[in-house]
Amino acid sequence: MKLLRMKPGHGEILVAEGDVEIQEEEERLIEAFRKELDAGMWAAVPSERRDGRREAELVKSFAEVPRDAERVIFFPRAAGGAQGSAGTRTAR
Amino acid sequence: MLLGLGTAAIVLVVLLWELARPDALCAYAAVRERVRSLLERARSRETAQLGYDPGRERRAEQRARELLRSCIEERDWAMYRDLGFLRVWGGLGERAHAAGASYAYLIYPHRPIVAYVPQTGALLNEYCVAFPDRSRPYGSARLPDSDDVLAKWMALKADERRLIEQANMHLPGRQIDPERVRRDLARLVRWERETGGDGATDIVRAA
Repeated sequence: MKLLRMKPGHGEILVAEGDVEIQEEEERLIEAFRKELDAGMWAAVPSERRDGRREAELVKSFAEVPRDAERVIFFPRAAGGAQGSAGTRTAR
Repeated sequence: MLLGLGTAAIVLVVLLWELARPDALCAYAAVRERVRSLLERARSRETAQLGYDPGRERRAEQRARELLRSCIEERDWAMYRDLGFLRVWGGLGERAHAAGASYAYLIYPHRPIVAYVPQTGALLNEYCVAFPDRSRPYGSARLPDSDDVLAKWMALKADERRLIEQANMHLPGRQIDPERVRRDLARLVRWERETGGDGATDIVRAA
C-alpha cells in the first residue's frame, strides 16, 4: 500500500509505503496516516468496481482503508473559495 | 446624590459608546485589514524569494495528470484531456451517478464546480471550493491543476453532500461566464457524438 500526498509545486509525493500484512510496516503506515490527518488532510481511497467504474471513498481512520487498497491519497481539506470575488469572472 | 451622579455617568458612557461604536468598529476593521495586507505582502515577498519555477510547475502538473489518469475512467480522462474539464453525474437524484442523472457537474481546474441539468443544459449553481495547502511548500497553497480536479472528483464521488456543504454556493455567472459554460456543454455534446459516449443524447438540447 502506498500513501500519497498532493503537494503544491510538486504533484504527489510518496509519504509511506508498506505491506499491511507485515505488522511493522502496517504500524509505520498507520503512523504516517495519522500524521497526515493531523496536518488537516483528507484521505481518499480510489478504487475500481467490477463493472469498471472508478470510485473514491473518503476515510477517517486507517481501519476504514480496505486491506487490499493499493493507494491512499491525501489532499488538503475543502474550503469554500472565492466568496467575494464577483469581479473575477472568466470567459474563454 | 452620589448614586444619581454614578448612574448619570454610566448612562453618559453608554451613550458615548453608542455614538462612537460605528467609528470604532470601522477603525478596528481598517487596522485588521492593514495587518492582513502586511502579512500578505510579507508572504508574497517570501514567495518571490522562493521563486516561481515554470519547469517545476510543469513537472508537478505532469505528475498530477498521471495521478488523475490513474484514478478516473479512461473515457473521463479523454474528456479532460480533450476538453479541459470533467463531467461528473450527480449522485443525489434519480439515476444517481449515471448517464441520465437529473443533474451533473462540470469540474474545472481552480474554478468553481458548475451544476447543470443534462437534459436541458440549464445552469443551476456554481460551487466555489478550494483545497488550499496551508503548509505552502513552495510559497503557494495552490495544487497543480490536475490535482485540484482530482481532489474535486474524489470528494464528489465519495461524499457529494459534504463537499457541496463546504462550498460557497452562487448563482451561475458569479465567476464563470455562463456563455463559456454553454459553449463547453456544446463542445461536450459534439465530443460525445464523435467518440460515441453514452451521454450523447442527454444534453443534445444544450448544443
